[in-house]
Amino acid sequence: MARAVTPAHRITVTIAAWAVGIVIAFPIIWMVLTSFKTELEASSLPPKFVFFDWTVENYAIVQQRSDYLHHAMNSLIIAGGSVLLALIIAIPAAWAMAFAPTERTRGTLLWMLSTKMMPPVGVMVPIYLFFRDFGLLDTRIGLVGLLCLANLPIVVWMLFTYFKEIPKDILEAARMDGATIGKELIHVLTPMAVPGIASTLLLNFILAWNEAFWTLVLTSSNAAPLTAFIASYSSPEGLFWAKLSAASTMAIAPILVLGWFSQRQLVRGLTFGAVK
Amino acid sequence: MATQQTQALGRLLVSPAVGLLLLISIVPLAATVYFSFLNYNLLDPGSVEWAGFDNYTYFLTDPGFISALINTLIIVGAVLVITVVLGVMVALLMDQAVVGRNLVRLLVIAPFFVMPTVSALIWKNLLMHPVSGFFAWMAASLGLQPIDWFTDYPLMAIILIISWEWLPFAALILLTALQSLDEEQKEAAEMDGASALSTFIYITLPHLARPITVVILIETIFLLTVFAEIYVTTGGGERTNNLAFLIYSAALKDYDIGAASAGGLVAVVLANIVAMFLVRMVGKNLDA
Repeated sequence: MARAVTPAHRITVTIAAWAVGIVIAFPIIWMVLTSFKTELEASSLPPKFVFFDWTVENYAIVQQRSDYLHHAMNSLIIAGGSVLLALIIAIPAAWAMAFAPTERTRGTLLWMLSTKMMPPVGVMVPIYLFFRDFGLLDTRIGLVGLLCLANLPIVVWMLFTYFKEIPKDILEAARMDGATIGKELIHVLTPMAVPGIASTLLLNFILAWNEAFWTLVLTSSNAAPLTAFIASYSSPEGLFWAKLSAASTMAIAPILVLGWFSQRQLVRGLTFGAVK
Repeated sequence: MATQQTQALGRLLVSPAVGLLLLISIVPLAATVYFSFLNYNLLDPGSVEWAGFDNYTYFLTDPGFISALINTLIIVGAVLVITVVLGVMVALLMDQAVVGRNLVRLLVIAPFFVMPTVSALIWKNLLMHPVSGFFAWMAASLGLQPIDWFTDYPLMAIILIISWEWLPFAALILLTALQSLDEEQKEAAEMDGASALSTFIYITLPHLARPITVVILIETIFLLTVFAEIYVTTGGGERTNNLAFLIYSAALKDYDIGAASAGGLVAVVLANIVAMFLVRMVGKNLDA
């Protein structure tokens, strides 16, 4: 950071970077603007950027006609439930692998990673038939279980990389002082592990919220989360741009906010610690 | 070194995760292998019989398979080139002394958090519609003929949408890597009179080689199984089917369980080739 930066250089790169940022985010900005237009203005040319009659009627109509809240609740239950369940299974495993590694730990971790590489279509047929035969099609419980298992490898990995950074000396000191494993877990490890667990929760919640293979294949209406709900706007009669935009804005808004908080974890989580 | 007692406890704690993953990865895969040798149609479930390798010959010699394979490779290749090249450029720009860098980063990263069904429908309608889309208006204002994306270039349209979704991922990872580059090294090069270009080629680019490889491997795994973007825009067909969508159609539109399973295994083999490289790279990192 010692290098001198000339004001001219600073101005140039600032303008260029903001221009690039706005171009990249433009489809989202445009979608949000369109959601506040009337249907007529939404598809009229030339496009109006700011000077149109702002209205919130689309939001009301989307909720009324297609029960947005029902699908949002499904998304919340499916994404939240699957991640919490995965954490319950993964925390003990990651704890053990980080603090009591055996000669098999490395192989186990890499094997877990490799299960994540399995393309969903490779196992779609048996999973679909299983869901059909056990009455799990279009149920939230089915998707909670499936997405929990689908994300389990990433959850274990992320937790493992966080746990590994907790200094072991502290645990040994606690042990010397006569702390049992239970006490060690509650008083020493948990406070240090919470940030890592929170980051893992956040990133995997986002991934599950946006998951758009199993949710499209295995749900139709009752259990359909927002991904499938938005897909229903692709049928020709559904082409109301302002309403599509309003529904889409509501579907991505919560996750966009969470996502902005989780940028750093994103790099680490999605590269399995290969880039930090 | 862990005591024997803790090791036993460790195994106990790891086993639920390992057991469940074994269950979800091996059982369905074995079932797929089994189904792939059956003549099994969901519309006629009474007449299930052994089919030998018929499903494989049927699936692999179907002209639809060849075009789907080609489309899959085009999607993966094109999106990789677009996202990595633009990603390096965006990351280099963001690494400069930009005023309000954190805010710009929020704008750049935003598309990654948009669910695939939303991005695909917003692009298809609001932006790419041949009459009232934003791109049509831009073309018309410049005196050009608007492009009818989904009629004339459906695959390219899908590639653009997916590239938009993955550009933030590439840019963010490369930016993270750039920020860990030693400033002093660059400074020294500049003091020695190295031009900006040769600093980039001899110092920055080698530093980025590893993160670029990681980006390529991870994106490839996701891009091989692109699904929602095709589902909501074209609904498949010869021109935009990729392998994933072809298999989905075979299973849940034609109800041909045998052929879909054979196709599924082809997809698994393809993905495994890429996965092997990725697992090896991450494994090296684990030792370091």
